[in-house]
Amino acid sequence: MGKRDVQEVNAGSMADIAFLLLIFFLVTTTMDTDTGLARLLPPMQEDQPDDTPPIKERNVFSVLLNSNNQLLVEGKQMRIEELTEATKEFMVNPLDIETLPEKKEVEVEFFGLQMISKGVISLQNDRGTEYQAYLMVQNELQRAVSELREDLAKRKFGKEYDKLETEEQKAIRTIYPQKISEAEPKNIGGKK
Amino acid sequence: MAKFRKKKSGGQTAINTASLPDIVFMLLFFFMVSTTMKEVDMKVQIKPAQATELAKLEKKELVTFIYVGVPAKKFQSLYGSEPRIQLNDQFATVPDIQSYIAQARDNMKESDQPKMTTSIKADRECPMGVITDIKQALRKAAALKINYSAAEKVDVK
Repeated sequence: MGKRDVQEVNAGSMADIAFLLLIFFLVTTTMDTDTGLARLLPPMQEDQPDDTPPIKERNVFSVLLNSNNQLLVEGKQMRIEELTEATKEFMVNPLDIETLPEKKEVEVEFFGLQMISKGVISLQNDRGTEYQAYLMVQNELQRAVSELREDLAKRKFGKEYDKLETEEQKAIRTIYPQKISEAEPKNIGGKK
Repeated sequence: MAKFRKKKSGGQTAINTASLPDIVFMLLFFFMVSTTMKEVDMKVQIKPAQATELAKLEKKELVTFIYVGVPAKKFQSLYGSEPRIQLNDQFATVPDIQSYIAQARDNMKESDQPKMTTSIKADRECPMGVITDIKQALRKAAALKINYSAAEKVDVK
């Protein structure tokens, strides 16, 4: 007539159960960080008189994309691989060529007086353009801008653009703005 | 003179595994918390477009998705094989976008509303016509921050 001890629950299989659950979640987890190209659309204007001064031809970098996904840049046919270089040349205009955009002097923090291009990129596509082709163009334009910014960041601060302080990034963004105007050539302006 | 006798003779001592469940549970909770189950049933087929200059979409709760693509096989008899828009769990048309955006905005905290981002997830072969329409609708709905969803480009060179 021995008094029985209170039996302990065997916890040995706890680990198994937990493992099972763990594996389930491991498998079902998708750590998908969605990625993409961020853009800002211009706000809708409702029948406002269009009183923005017309933009000079030389300040517009027109990129046309037709329904066969062919690229026409400034009236010349171009392959997508060449677009980045062409955009960079347009944005910088290192030799102050007549046909490339004008510049204006702007006081920028950290940099002092800077000549900033007045250029605007105008992107127009056809309704039949493939999404991939459109995105590639956007991508190349973006790349041109970020390469310029990266370059400047390295030259001025000796650091990568991403690692700069917010203020410094802002200064660089002022020098190399990302001005892409889409589809409505009438609305070309200083929109990002 | 067996002065230095081994205390135990042979026989491996078992490692104490009592804390193993704790460790595993810790991992388990981590994955449970970080897991996001797929919220919507994809009714359209999307092969993501590719790009290189990608930005990450932060903060899931600020993002509203618009899917564009050819309807999945089983819906093609009903909806045809032209690219269609999917909002939430159902097919939609361009005019639906405004109310969809308005609704999504209402569901957000007021402080988050200006930060709202709309992600357009479109199939890479989808014609731009649909997307231009969507963009116009988004402009009307004043949802100006958009994101063209794309995957990292796999270089073929």
